[in-house]
Amino acid sequence: MIKATLQKTLNSAEGKMLLDVSMDLEQGDFVVIYGNSGAGKTSILRMIAGLLLPENGTIEVNGSTWFHASKKINLSPQKRNIGIVFQDYALFPNMTVEENLNFALGKNQNRDFVEELLNLMELENLRGQRPQNLSGGQQQRVALARALVRKPEILFLDEPLSALDHKLRNRLQDYILQVHKKYNLTTILVSHDPGEIIKMANRVLVLEQGKITKIGTPLEVFSSKKLSGKFQFTGEVLAIDRESLVSILHILIGNNVIKTVCSTDEILNISAGDKVVVASKAFNPVVTKIE
Amino acid sequence: MIWESLWLTFKLAFVTTILLFLLGTPLAYWLSRTKTRSKPIWEALISMPLILPPTVLGFYLLVAFGQSSFLGSFLQNLLGLNMVFSFEGLVFASIIYSLPFMIHPIQAGFSGLPIHLKEASYSLGKSKTITFFKVLLPNIKPALLTGIVLSFAHTIGEFGVVLMIGGNIPSETRVASIAIYDEVESLNYAAANQLSLILFVISFAILLGVYLLNNNTFKSFWK
Repeated sequence: MIKATLQKTLNSAEGKMLLDVSMDLEQGDFVVIYGNSGAGKTSILRMIAGLLLPENGTIEVNGSTWFHASKKINLSPQKRNIGIVFQDYALFPNMTVEENLNFALGKNQNRDFVEELLNLMELENLRGQRPQNLSGGQQQRVALARALVRKPEILFLDEPLSALDHKLRNRLQDYILQVHKKYNLTTILVSHDPGEIIKMANRVLVLEQGKITKIGTPLEVFSSKKLSGKFQFTGEVLAIDRESLVSILHILIGNNVIKTVCSTDEILNISAGDKVVVASKAFNPVVTKIE
Repeated sequence: MIWESLWLTFKLAFVTTILLFLLGTPLAYWLSRTKTRSKPIWEALISMPLILPPTVLGFYLLVAFGQSSFLGSFLQNLLGLNMVFSFEGLVFASIIYSLPFMIHPIQAGFSGLPIHLKEASYSLGKSKTITFFKVLLPNIKPALLTGIVLSFAHTIGEFGVVLMIGGNIPSETRVASIAIYDEVESLNYAAANQLSLILFVISFAILLGVYLLNNNTFKSFWK
């Protein structure tokens, strides 16, 4: 459905880097582009959206060619039917919430859909507000709603959740999943949060230094070994207290810091800052509702 | 006599500001977005009137547009336009003279806008023109206002350029600043004092207005 091969030399912090990727995505996919900052994640998104010109390659969406370097085809962003939620939301400060959505309407498009989106995103009470008077989570919902007004073929989300706290993130992830299913979208999310990715995506592209190094389902990508344990979390190692026989790992999982004991040999190649999978073969877990 | 020159001053400032706004806004937008290597040259040229003695500017305009020059006789013969010692000439000179005062605030306004605003509008299928008028311009209102007011005020304060290219023709080129000079020359201090005081108060009021409007307490009125 989306076939793209893209090449472009990017100027990164460590000098020039060749971004060279190709992908083949299905209609209805929820794809995450995962990688460190500077790996070229946002550039891929911008190239497919028509905001950044690739040096070479092709982009084909639902049978129509959006970009073809050698045939000199390059559709303007206006002609590519896309929706983008930017990291800073890019809401228009001179318009109210409702006007932001109305602005996105096509020439002959019915306004009913704006109402549907206001309703779905629970923005009806905020319709007359200016974006600068809204909280981060509210702005994010407006940005998401605005991106959907044109009924885009592809929805791009450029790390829209990174500035929000954990609880709000969860709620907004649910909103995104809901619209993704409801409108049968193909969604491409840029993220570097494995928890978020496992929750949302069905496909992950891991980008390193401008190249795709892994493609697969989130679990395939984030667990390096096949594990039989049913409990499995990804987290970040905050600190390691090394003792002679065992070490204590402080790992951040979601919002919680857990401590776990490992044998020192086991974690020789792990250091603070690493992303890890914590798995446990728990046969009789206790589940208690907390809220 | 006093009122005549004051009226002329404001007419000049008004016409200049309108033309400068129409010319300066696209130019400022271009400057804020262009990646051309010649950008510093354009910026330096636009800023020249800030440091160049107005007499130099006036002198070159006089030479360029004089009856004996090619450009001057060309305009005179083809359009019947006399750019020297005329109101039209003053307007042209004022536009050049006040150019940086219009361009600088507006360029800064455009540069300060997040690039994503434009891209968001494009991604919503909106053309460059619609994006410019509906998204970009409305979001730099304080900058536009600053540019307009500063250009207006600066044109009121013109002297050297006017003297060189406009001269001292009542109702045509004798603006307030020239009239003051003229009154002092003829030792008519009372009239000079009157005009000076009026200009002093007006200039202060205009600048006070700009600073109040760009102050945070007043910003909410513009958003």
